[in-house]
Amino acid sequence: MPRQKLLFLYLESSALDSRVIGWTSYDGTGATRSHAGDSSEPPCATGLEALQQGWRLIQASPLLPHAPGAEFDLSYLKYEFIFEQWGDPGEADHG
Amino acid sequence: MADRILLDSEAMATFAARGFLRFDALVPEALNRAFLERIEAASPEAGRQTMMQTYGALMSQQVLPTVPPGQRWKKAFRKRTVIGQILRLPVLRGAIESLVGRGAVVDHHFLHLRFPPGAGQHELAQHYHQDSTIDPRQSFDIQLFYFPHAVTAAMGGTRFLPGSHLRRVSEAAIARYQNIRGQQQVVCPAGTVLILHHGIWHGGGANASAQHRFLWKLRLCPQRPQVRLWDTSDLPAEHRVQRPTFWIDPAAPVDPVHRILTTAEPWHEADTSRLEFIARIRFWRQLLGDQSFDADYWLTRLENEFYDPA
Repeated sequence: MPRQKLLFLYLESSALDSRVIGWTSYDGTGATRSHAGDSSEPPCATGLEALQQGWRLIQASPLLPHAPGAEFDLSYLKYEFIFEQWGDPGEADHG
Repeated sequence: MADRILLDSEAMATFAARGFLRFDALVPEALNRAFLERIEAASPEAGRQTMMQTYGALMSQQVLPTVPPGQRWKKAFRKRTVIGQILRLPVLRGAIESLVGRGAVVDHHFLHLRFPPGAGQHELAQHYHQDSTIDPRQSFDIQLFYFPHAVTAAMGGTRFLPGSHLRRVSEAAIARYQNIRGQQQVVCPAGTVLILHHGIWHGGGANASAQHRFLWKLRLCPQRPQVRLWDTSDLPAEHRVQRPTFWIDPAAPVDPVHRILTTAEPWHEADTSRLEFIARIRFWRQLLGDQSFDADYWLTRLENEFYDPA
C-alpha cells in the first residue's frame, strides 16, 4: 500500500515562487529518515520548483490580519507550505 | 593584565542583532584537561553504560557542584575551582559583566553528553527548541556553552540559528523546523565558549564519531538593568545620527553598529526581516538607555504620529 511522504517548505514570502528559507521532510515509505540539521541546502530553491519536481501542495499558511498591539511581534516562521508525494514502502524519492 | 575585558560596542551590537558571541579556544588547554580529567575519571567505561547510568555516576561523584537557582555565580564557582578559573578568564568575565552585569546569578548548569552511535543513545539530532518557556521579558539571560575538547563535524556540536533570539516561541513548538538557512553547527577547537541569548533556537547534533562529546552549559540571570554595561567608550559622538537610506553615497563611512543592526540573516522572510530590524533597534535603545536612537529611520517613521491611536 502506498505511503505518504511529506515536504514542509518555509518560504521568504506568501508567493509560492519565492525562495525556500527552511525545510523539513518525513518519509512514510521508510526509504529515508531525515532529522534536524541534516542538510545545508534545501531540496528545491522555491515552492514552485517543488511542484515541478512532482510534489503536490496540500496546505499553505493563511494570511492573517495583525492583532492590534501585536503588529511587530516576531514568532514562528510565517510562510509554511506542505507538500506530499505517495510511494511504496522502500521506494526511493523520485523528486 | 586587567582581570576583566569588557565587550566593545561592535561585539555588543552583534549580540543584540545575532544573539550570540563565539570565543574560539578561549580556555587554556591546562584548564580544559583539568575539567575533562575529573569527568572522565568518574565516567563509566565507554560503551558499557547507558546514558542514565553515566549521569548517575557523574552526579553521585559530584564532579560538578550542585547550585541552587539564584546564587551568585562567583559564590557558586569559587575562584580556586576549575570552573571558577574559567569564568574568571578576563575575556569571559568581561563578556559576562557586559551582558548581565556584576552580581549575576545562576539559573542552572548542566553537563551535556552525547554518546557515539551504539552506546545507548539515539542517533538523531535533537529538535530545534528555545530553552525554558515563552519568555516575553525585555531583560535577558545568557547561556554559556563551554566545549572542553575539540568538536569535529562528525561529533554533532550544538546547532543554532543566528538571529532567532527575538522570536517569541514556545520551547519545542519549533521542533518541526529541521533545517533553516544560515543555521550553524559548532565545529571548534578545545576551549571554545559560545555565549547565547536565552532565546536562541538551538539543538544538540547527532554524534556520529567514535568519541564522547561533552558540553558544559551555564545559564546566568542579571540582577540589575542591562544598560551600558559594556565598554561604551568607542561609541562615536554621532552615534545617534542616521545615515542616508536608499539614495546613498557608497563611499561614506558607516557606523558599524547601524550596519550590524540592519544586516539581515539568510533565513529572514522578506517582510519580517524589517520587523527584525525594528526589534533589534528597540533592543539597542534598551541597552543604550536612549529611546531616541534609530537606524535607517525604522522606528522614527512609525513614531511620527499626530493622532491618538484610539
